[in-house]
Amino acid sequence: MMRVTRRYKFAASHRLHSERFSGSENQELYGKCNNPHGHGHDYILEVSVAGPLDPVSGQVVNVSTLDHLVASRVIHDFDHKYMNADVREFQELVPTSENILHVIEERLAAHWHSAFPGGGPHLEAIGLRETARNSFELRAS
Amino acid sequence: MLITRKAEFSASHVCAQSSLTLEQNRELYGLAANPNGHGHNYVLEVTLEGDPDPATGMVFDLKQLKEIIQKAVIEPMDHRFLNYEVPPFDKVVPTVENVAAEIWNRLQPSFNGGRARLQNVRLYETEDLYVDYAGDRQ
Repeated sequence: MMRVTRRYKFAASHRLHSERFSGSENQELYGKCNNPHGHGHDYILEVSVAGPLDPVSGQVVNVSTLDHLVASRVIHDFDHKYMNADVREFQELVPTSENILHVIEERLAAHWHSAFPGGGPHLEAIGLRETARNSFELRAS
Repeated sequence: MLITRKAEFSASHVCAQSSLTLEQNRELYGLAANPNGHGHNYVLEVTLEGDPDPATGMVFDLKQLKEIIQKAVIEPMDHRFLNYEVPPFDKVVPTVENVAAEIWNRLQPSFNGGRARLQNVRLYETEDLYVDYAGDRQ
């Protein structure tokens, strides 16, 4: 078993605001991130896959295949977008980093088998760095 | 407790199998299949795990760890063309996965039976691609 991690970047804006709470509760909960016009980050996304090392190719994963999957299912829809308005899932869900990780996991999982037919590596973890001071990691289920 | 030591080396490589055509190798390895090779600034992170020695307060002597990494990895690989100059990469494709496994195999004998065991080898081929290898354990 070996783990390979690939790093990607996207720039996106968001606003943290939930309809479940009042204006002042949202302000209290999300602070500056509740600013009505939103704000953005240069997100760094790390996708870790794990699997056996193929003795012939010397690869755990074909990195181009992984790049294509992440680019088409995630980066294309997230990069230079306002997530609340432009990314389908965040019309309902608050785009916190935790929720962004869940959405990315669901998107990758939904297309994993068509990208890697006949087995291939499994998705092991997804990391998201919102700023140099905030990072989040989801162990894939 | 875990301790990690970092080291760097620069090396060139070609990722291609001699039994495949250039087109097939390009399909599998992308730009890395260019027959004349290309290079990277590899960054290596070696992590040991153990209990600190109560007398020295250290899991492992970092000077000694630096020397082990230097002799086993940096001296043989730094400023080399891996395929031509660093066995087994005359026969084994020097993907980042295989280079990480080779580094593990070269380092592991130095940590047999001591206070600290080799816990993980992380090898960055670029800032955007790295491998973690912890030996054959699942």
